[in-house]
Parts: sequence; structure tokens; C-alpha cells
Amino acid sequence: MSNLQKALESGKFAITAEMAPPKGVDFSHQIAVVEQLRGKVDACNVTDYQSSSLKASSIGLCIKLIQLGIEPVLQMTGRDRSRMAIQGDFMAAAAFGIENILALTGDHPTVGDCPESKPVYDLDSVGILRAAVQLTTGFDCGGNKLDGAAPYYYLGACTTPVYDPVELQLMKMKKKIDAGAKFFQTQGVYEAEPMKPFMEMAEKYGVYLMAGIIPCKTAAMAKYMSNNVPGIRVPEYQIERLKAAAAKVPADDPNVKKLKAAVQEAEGITMSAEFLAELKEKGLCHGAHIMAIGAEENVPKILAEAGF
Amino acid sequence: MIITKAKPTQDVLDMLGNVKKVLLTGCGECSTTCRTGGVEELDAMEKFLTENGYEVVGKCVPQLSCNKNLMKRELKAFKDSGYEAVVVMSCGDGTQTVAGLVDSPVYPANDTMFLGEIERLTLFSEACRMCGDCVLGKTGGVCPITKCAKSLVNGPCGGAKNGKCETNPDVECGWILIYDKLKKLGQLDKLYVANDDKGYKKNLYPMTINLKEDAANE
Ligand code: SF4
Ligand code: SF4
Repeated sequence: MSNLQKALESGKFAITAEMAPPKGVDFSHQIAVVEQLRGKVDACNVTDYQSSSLKASSIGLCIKLIQLGIEPVLQMTGRDRSRMAIQGDFMAAAAFGIENILALTGDHPTVGDCPESKPVYDLDSVGILRAAVQLTTGFDCGGNKLDGAAPYYYLGACTTPVYDPVELQLMKMKKKIDAGAKFFQTQGVYEAEPMKPFMEMAEKYGVYLMAGIIPCKTAAMAKYMSNNVPGIRVPEYQIERLKAAAAKVPADDPNVKKLKAAVQEAEGITMSAEFLAELKEKGLCHGAHIMAIGAEENVPKILAEAGF
Repeated sequence: MIITKAKPTQDVLDMLGNVKKVLLTGCGECSTTCRTGGVEELDAMEKFLTENGYEVVGKCVPQLSCNKNLMKRELKAFKDSGYEAVVVMSCGDGTQTVAGLVDSPVYPANDTMFLGEIERLTLFSEACRMCGDCVLGKTGGVCPITKCAKSLVNGPCGGAKNGKCETNPDVECGWILIYDKLKKLGQLDKLYVANDDKGYKKNLYPMTINLKEDAANE
């Protein structure tokens, strides 16, 4: 049984972080991030060509994490692989001791840096979950028997609480639960209220909900995400709070640009920590998934400030 | 209807190369509506080819370019016209029908884009990707295979922003369209029925359908 499953099932407030493989073959940055996260998180997601940006594969970095002794969550999208390739990767994953899987649809290739790539989507996220469950019964998608023991997976999926109409996301969450998802990580959220119906759904069906936390580095980033990233809404008062932090830096300071960035980043960390504590206090999630987007060194800071 | 778009005219010249005598054919149905292969477009192509040193020895716009027997009859009239190549201004299907009937090289003047509906005289939109296993009955008559950029069958991804698809801010998210329609119909319960993924066995190509054989097998 994976650490993540143990943590969630034991009622502990579980924490996952996230990292992306490199664009290239040098994993040294990722190896450094592992040291920053070691002992602080229950598991770490490895993204699968996130935002359709071509990188080293998720499974490759997941194997590296296993070798380094930190538990991975293999993200698997349907964008680039047929059902055969997905199940093949799942089998290889199990052979390396990877149990946690997060099934995702995957961003469309046209939004990424390899837009000529063929969108596959042979299976959607529901189909990917089913394909994994199928393997755990000892058979593949063609009904053919696997040689040897059947693999074991701890299956998860994502959901987007800030969505209009929200019923569509809840409906899909229910289908993912029916297909075998045991834990959910949400898109980045900034307000407690939208979490409520998702937590109700999770409690009703005995699955676990992890709130997605994306710390804002600057007011500009917060605003950009809010306006452009699907599923993300940063309330105006939070953007104002980041601006106010920046405004405290004296304009005549020779390092004004750097300082403004630094104080906003620190404020963003504090805001994430406060929000995390609020969610936990209100019982609106069973854990948190912190997506620091390249600033993974901030993950332990957020956890410390939140008092975890 | 099959929606076509005219290729850049330079492409037609490149394909023709150094032949002299050219036959032009169009199509009275789809390509006429799309303004890529009706009488006017053939006239314009004749003018363009003539200006570029070719001789157009014949033109025809049959009722349908994709009907083999009909096309065969139409082409008879040009048997002795001496054409060395045919430029077909129809869809890819009509082009291949002609190619199967003549011994000279056949070149497409159009790109075949999609199966779509005529929203108004100059606006066509894609509505069916011919998946071979129609699910419209479950989705309020809005096609998830076509109107969702990822052809998702079990509901939306998380990519919509302000109701628009992540692939194009001008295009509505197909699943939000489906939701709105099912809500109107009082059929939201249909959303909760997990669709078995359809697989691709019913969509293997090239396909043929033989009505006589099908009837005999029934
Ligand atoms: S589901 Fe869509 S693509 Fe398939 S046959 Fe029906 S309308 Fe066409
Ligand atoms: S945003 Fe909507 S239409 Fe676009 S891929 Fe996602 S579900 Fe499909």
C-alpha cells in the first residue's frame, strides 16, 4: 500500500507536491527538488507533458523518484497514448513499484509547444481509470490474461471546483468514482466555498479530496492566471493584498524590482498557508496538493507557516 | 454536406506542370454550395489557367461528382477533346471518382475539410465526424465527438474558460452545449450514465456498405 493511500485512509491530512520532468535529459534540478521535499510530503506528482509542453516522460522521472526513495504519483493523460500504450505504461509502472496513478484527460496539443502532434484521446480520464482497474483484475483491455501476478494501483483523478456549470464537474467526478478513483486532487483553488459540494460528494462516496494549492508569486501572475487559466479564479482582494505587499517596498531602493518580487512571493506563501489552515479547519478537504510551479522550495515553507 | 476549400491556385499550376490541355470538372451539389466547384468557379479557373498558358478543352459541372455512373456519362462528351490532365473542383471523393474513370492524371483543386451543416449561405460548421456509432440520443442531439475538441464521451475536461473551449476562445465548449440542451429537455439524468468508450473497431477504414448484401443477411 502506498504512503499516500496510508496517509489518506488513516485520516491524516495528506500532502502531495508536484514536479515536472525536464525539457531535456538532465534530471539534476529534479533531484535537488527531491531533497527539498523529502520527509515533507506523502508523495509527489510527476506531470505528463503538462500544458502539452514536450518534456521527458512522466514515467521516467517517476522511476527516478522511486530510486531516490520518494513516492511518486504517475500522472497519465490520454492525449498522446492509445489504450495499448496506457496499459503498457501502467504495467511498467507497477514493475518499478509505482502504485499511485492520477488519470487525466490532458491539455490539447494545440495549446502547447508541439502543436502539430496528433491528439489521441483514445480513452478519456474515465476510460483511463477503467483501463487501470482492468489490469488489476489480471486482464488487459482486450480481455487477454496477464502473465504472473496482477498489479495493484491507488487510483486518483482531478476535478475543477471553480467551473460553470459546476454540476458538470460533479457529474464527471461521480463517473470517475464509479470508474475506480479513490482520491481527487483539485485544480488550484483560492476560496473555500467552491470546495463544499466536492467535499460532500467525496464524503458521500468514501473517497478523498485534496485541495489544489498554487501559491501566487506576484499580483501580475495572480491576475494572469485568474483571467487566462481554466478553472482558476483568484479573488480581487487577494490580488490587492499582493499589490499592497509590493507597495511597501520604498520606490527609491536600488533593488526595488527584486525586493517587490521577493515580498510578493513571501506574501503568496503566507496566503497559501492561511488558506490551507482554513480549509483544514473547516473540514473542506482531506489533504492538499501543492503545485509550486518551479518554486518547489516554497512547499516546506507553506507547510511550516500553516503549522503542519 | 461535404465542405471544401479551394487550394491556393499556385498549387494547381504546380500539379499541372507542363501539360497543355486541361479538362475541368466540378460538382453541382456540395462544391457548388461551397463556391469551390460550381459554374462560376470553373469559369474563373478557366480564365486563370488560360492566363497561365494552359488550354481548357472542356468544362462540366455534373449534378454529383461522387456518382460513378453519372460521372462516366458526363465524361464521355470529352473523350476526343485531347485533354492531358483533369483538374477536379469537388471534394476528395468526387476527385477519386473521376480519377477512377480516366487514364490521364487527375488533380484536386480543393481541400476537403469536413462534413457539416449550412448555417447560412456563407457559413458552414462541422457537426458530425462519422464515428460509426452515433450517440446523439444520449447527448441532446449535440455531438460530443465533433463539438468537443477531444471527442470526450463522459463529460467535459477542466479546460473550458467562460464557456469556451481551451483550444479556441471563439468556440463554445461542446460539453457545456450538451449540458444546456439536456437541461432544456429535462434529461440531465442522461449525463450520469457512464458511456462505455466506443472503441475504434466500428471506425476502421476504408469502409464499404452494400445494401443488397445487407438485406440478404437480415
Ligand atoms: S456521434 Fe457524432 S460523429 Fe458519431 S455519428 Fe453521431 S453525430 Fe456523427
Ligand atoms: S473545453 Fe469542452 S469542448 Fe474543449 S476539449 Fe474540454 S470538454 Fe471538450
